[in-house]
Amino acid sequence: MTGRERLEATFEALRGRREGALVAFVTAGDPALDRLPAVLGALAEGGADIVEIGVPFSDPIADGPVIQASSFRALERGTTPRAILECLSRVDCPVPLLLMGYWNTVLRFGPEEFATRAAEVGVCGTILCDAIPEEMDEWFAVSRRTGLANVLLAAPTSSPQRLDAIARLASGFVYAVSRTGVTGARDEVPAEARRLVSDLRARASTPVCVGFGVSKPEHVGDICRFADGAIVGSRLVAHLHETGDRPDWEASLRTLVAELKAATRA
Amino acid sequence: MVVPASGRFGPYGGRYVPETLVPALDELADEFQRAWADESFQDEFQRLLREYVGRPTPLTDCPRLSEATGLKVSVKREDLCHTGAHKINNAIGQCLLAKRMGKKRVIAETGAGQHGVATATACAAFDLRCEVYMGEEDCARQELNVFRMRLLGAKVIPVSSGTRTLKDALNEAMRDWVTNVRTTHYVIGTAAGPHPYPYMVRQFQSVIGFEAKRQCEERYGQLPDAVVACVGGGSNAIGVFHAFVPEEAVQLVGVEAGGCGLESGKHAAPLNAGSPGVLHGSYSYLMQDEHGQVLPTHSVSAGLDYPGVGAEHSYLKDIGRVRYVSATDDEALSAFQQVSRLEGLIPAFETAHAFAALFQPGLFRKGDRVMVCMSGRGDKDMVAASRLLQL
Ligand SMILES: Cc1ncc(COP(=O)(O)O)c(C=O)c1O
Repeated sequence: MTGRERLEATFEALRGRREGALVAFVTAGDPALDRLPAVLGALAEGGADIVEIGVPFSDPIADGPVIQASSFRALERGTTPRAILECLSRVDCPVPLLLMGYWNTVLRFGPEEFATRAAEVGVCGTILCDAIPEEMDEWFAVSRRTGLANVLLAAPTSSPQRLDAIARLASGFVYAVSRTGVTGARDEVPAEARRLVSDLRARASTPVCVGFGVSKPEHVGDICRFADGAIVGSRLVAHLHETGDRPDWEASLRTLVAELKAATRA
Repeated sequence: MVVPASGRFGPYGGRYVPETLVPALDELADEFQRAWADESFQDEFQRLLREYVGRPTPLTDCPRLSEATGLKVSVKREDLCHTGAHKINNAIGQCLLAKRMGKKRVIAETGAGQHGVATATACAAFDLRCEVYMGEEDCARQELNVFRMRLLGAKVIPVSSGTRTLKDALNEAMRDWVTNVRTTHYVIGTAAGPHPYPYMVRQFQSVIGFEAKRQCEERYGQLPDAVVACVGGGSNAIGVFHAFVPEEAVQLVGVEAGGCGLESGKHAAPLNAGSPGVLHGSYSYLMQDEHGQVLPTHSVSAGLDYPGVGAEHSYLKDIGRVRYVSATDDEALSAFQQVSRLEGLIPAFETAHAFAALFQPGLFRKGDRVMVCMSGRGDKDMVAASRLLQL
């Protein structure tokens, strides 16, 4: 089964259970990369349906302070894209994994080689925050060939024509950015997120998940009433940073994820 | 040669930005095209360049510097622009556009502080709210400019992330823009960034080269043999080069910051020692490691202390039209003193790199007529210079 097909199957199963998807984000290399398998294990056990693994980049312009700091810690620990892929080759994660990051990482690795290697180690797709459809012909071809899903971002500022293209070209799901801004926990889910999701759903049957600023079970619950899933990043990254050194960190992460997951079933 | 619609210069340029920003970039590209072709916009822009900035800036012959270098040196005096550097040409143009687009808030990044000062100045004159991102390290080494910006009514936001220099100021400004894109125009201060910035900034700065070309023809009855400019992001260089690019007989030389020397790795010379990659929304030469992480830079000059470079320079390098060299901190500081003593012209540290090329062997033939773009004056660097030089 290709990565795309695995993601399709995941959303289909969720629909069958009348649940939204809980999509969890963590930075590879924060905590140290050798703990990533345990982190993924705890996320999956807690109930995450899909996990996005952040590939740290030195200049993360789409990220707020929490993920920036996490990326820098990961880079200081010497985390490289090669080491991340190597680590994933030894993990058998029960939920689909996506790699999330910035285009220069892929470009430097070699797009063809990156996609091939990612697919080999069981990654289902990618999310590139600074890759917009009109620049990405080559990447679309490469990811299609390797079976990787190409999750595209849609923003509240995207024009109808852009939403057409995004809905048509995205695979796996469309990442609806809840607000103009960078990643980071916020107090509420803005009304424009709902509008964006319905605009996207009117265009294609690709699932739509909402992220940026989603940090509490209430947000997840709200979002799952109008979208296919909710994406939680900064909250989990901050939690791992605060609790990662405690002996019970895995249980604590599982509990947090379980609380977030429960909200997708409401 | 250049395809403004796609924003590519050969393979370089493009747009690598969060989706949220794309509509604003489209709007900006459209509005710029319309404005640039609009006589009333041009009239207003030209009037401001004349009456507010003080253009045309003079071309100054430098007899003593000529004697010291064995060249015929003249200098295009962007240091005499209002606020003391070429940056104001672009800041005025973009702030006029911001007004046209109905955006009342303007943000900018700055390294040496000259672009921040220029933007703060234009915002004061046009009644726009202005916030400037500046790396903490640059705030310290260019403290006079921090005060100037505040005096002009701008808010200066020190940036403590990453390397705390120009690169991170740009990152923070981009993050602000993603957040406030509906109400805010981002005035990028150099010929880098996503389309349409490299093209638009070049157009606003091209007045430097067009004026200089006319001045050379009038005074010497011929074009110079060579034109030299320092290259940070590349706005003064592309501004002075643009008019001369089709004149194949004119040698064009861009001077990057060699820092402690290219072999030391402590420099800011992506065209000399980098490789193509994506930073700040554009594909261009970049200082990066084997994993695509952007490398820290070093230069005595805050305005050149940047790991990337404008896309058009990457293209001009690849096709061999411009020769890109570098000057070390020491060479720049030496030229800084020479030009001050020989001509009574105190250049900015950035500009001192361009002058340093005049002293490098093998670049020019004896007797060549060489025009240097004096991108800015050195007042802002007096505190740093007094620490670095024992006089
Ligand atoms: C006087 C002066 N020259 C040159 C530069 C470098 O910028 P650019 O390469 O865009 O001309 C700066 C930037 O701060 C500057 O202040």
